Amino acid sequence: MNSENSPIIQMKNIEKHFGSVIALAGVSVDVFPGECHCLLGDNGAGKSTFIKTMSGVHKPTHGDILFEGVPMYFADPRDAISAGIATVHQHLAMIPLMSVSRNFFMGNEPEKSVGPLKFFDHDYANKVTMEEMRKMGINLRGPDQAVGTLSGGERQTVAIARAVHFGAKVLILDEPTSALGVRQTANVLATIDKVRKQGIAVVFITHNVRHAMAVGDRFTVLNRGKTLGTAQRGQITPEELQDMMAGGQELVSLEGSLGGTV
Amino acid sequence: MTGVANNTPAADERVKEISPLRQALIRPELGGMVGTVAVFTFFLLFASDSGMFNSQGVLNWSIVSAQFMIIAVGACLLMIAGEFDLSVGSMIGFAGMMIAIFSVTLGWPVWIAILTTFVLCIAIGGLNGFIVIRTGLPSFIVTLAFLFILRGFTIYLPQLIERKTIIGGIKDAAEGDWLAPIFGGKILQSLFTWLGDAGLITTFSRGSRMGEPIVDGIPMLIVWAIVLVVLGHVLLTKTKFGNWIFAAGGDAEAARNSGVPVNKVKILMFMLTAFCATVFAVCQVMEFGSAGADRGLLKEFEAIIAVVIGGALLTGGYGSVLGAALGALIFGVVQQGLFFAGVESSLFRVFLGLILLGAVILNTYIRRIITGER
Ligand SMILES: Nc1ncnc2c1ncn2[C@@H]1O[C@H](COP(=O)(O)OP(=O)(O)OP(=O)(O)O)[C@@H](O)[C@H]1O
Ligand SMILES: [Mg+2]
Repeated sequence: MNSENSPIIQMKNIEKHFGSVIALAGVSVDVFPGECHCLLGDNGAGKSTFIKTMSGVHKPTHGDILFEGVPMYFADPRDAISAGIATVHQHLAMIPLMSVSRNFFMGNEPEKSVGPLKFFDHDYANKVTMEEMRKMGINLRGPDQAVGTLSGGERQTVAIARAVHFGAKVLILDEPTSALGVRQTANVLATIDKVRKQGIAVVFITHNVRHAMAVGDRFTVLNRGKTLGTAQRGQITPEELQDMMAGGQELVSLEGSLGGTV
Repeated sequence: MTGVANNTPAADERVKEISPLRQALIRPELGGMVGTVAVFTFFLLFASDSGMFNSQGVLNWSIVSAQFMIIAVGACLLMIAGEFDLSVGSMIGFAGMMIAIFSVTLGWPVWIAILTTFVLCIAIGGLNGFIVIRTGLPSFIVTLAFLFILRGFTIYLPQLIERKTIIGGIKDAAEGDWLAPIFGGKILQSLFTWLGDAGLITTFSRGSRMGEPIVDGIPMLIVWAIVLVVLGHVLLTKTKFGNWIFAAGGDAEAARNSGVPVNKVKILMFMLTAFCATVFAVCQVMEFGSAGADRGLLKEFEAIIAVVIGGALLTGGYGSVLGAALGALIFGVVQQGLFFAGVESSLFRVFLGLILLGAVILNTYIRRIITGER
């Protein structure tokens, strides 16, 4: 991260209430181009809710979002996507009944013109889908295979490949590696590293401290809807991070018998 | 596809070779195709001498099938987008009645009556969609309400205005109108005259029209059906909007998160369904020359049955316009075929029920193969 850079997204005092549930109680985070910003925290801490306000799924109850320095009010995810923000949601946003390439380009369909008419360019979509999936280490049987026939990890890879393909400025990944095998996880971490070097901002949610330490430049820990602060890489040890993620509470004593591998 | 396969270093060794025949057959329309073949085989065997397959007979079941097709196209795209419209039948009655009231009672030029009715009905379709989106209620309930509301108006208005439930005189009103023939006219008349002169199709053997072919052209109704099926198929499979239709019905939430304007898609599909119902109504009114309060009864179910025979999934996200067209063809051929064969009309229902069940079982089996559904 370059300190003279200005942040691409500034989230200022974001609050989000669902009826009587306060999912976010004033969270401020800046995301810079070219950094991998890790978002950590326990289950229910509000991580997914937070990135959903970033990607236009939720409107914040209070607080402001500045995108490239100007206030931004995303009416729906479409606005965020056109602004260059692509998201892999925890629940993937894939449609099992549709083919891989139709899913890949859902909402961003490539078109070719035939006279005054515009048609979905299936050849281009199929080609790109196969290429992008191969880059992620997955050999698809065919681009017209339905997503419903893929394994959980393969689905996750399609979602990630799609976001990488369309995330022109910001790439948000909500637990992208939760279902992935060793090789695919390594691929995803390498991909994060690669796009970060291209100057794209990455927001990476994970429960795995080692994954976070592997690619993260800064770490923000959420706990019960509040930030416990943001730390620079090198200023914090994995153990400290682990403790913060657990909300400062002692981990159950089983840890010893697990050999400290959590 | 082949280009991609060539530069793939290692093809997936865990995939069995699928024979091209099997691959060609595994498609959403298979149930409809099998049903169509079965139905035609049946009637060719048992009713070939009944006149069902001479020019007049063919025209007869083609018209009935075309009627089903027109409303099936709208119902199909709407169902794939994840919604139902139970008000189609009432909309047909309502649209017909509005044309009659505008043109006969109020004396408007027929083309203005037709266009106004289109605008009105499409707006009601849009309202259906708007209420479904805004309230989050199942479209089943919302459109059921409109089934009653529209039918109620269709019975009440003519009684209030004309003190009867059928308004006639539309043929006279449509005389010389430029728009009416687009719905009630015929095309290729000279071709049929030539076919008749050449002795290829039957002609009247006596009476004032002696020598003229019995079938003297293709009704615009059939042209509308073909045009709508082709446009619907291209829209669904070959355009960006088609991808949105699948996505909206497959999983509205996921589609929204990926940037698909789901609400817009669904409302537009409700409007398209209303448009199709109105096309049906205008063709029917122009053919009969009258509008009746009971027109279009149960048409919504017939449309839905055709769509389901055609391979669409009732819960949305999957289906085919071509399949729905085949479903409509099956429906029309069975209904008219049993009539030609002189079979008790109640048996139509038995036969239809069996075809519905058989096609849907086959469709479900195929869909599971394609989509990996469990
Ligand atoms: N749509 C919603 N309606 C009501 N409450 C919600 C909604 N979405 C989230 N919440 C609540 O907000 C809180 C934060 O949820 P969130 O999904 O952001 O957690 P998370 O940090 O992503 O957890 P995890 O690590 O398990 O994914 C939870 O208590 C959840 O119950
Ligand atoms: Mg989450």
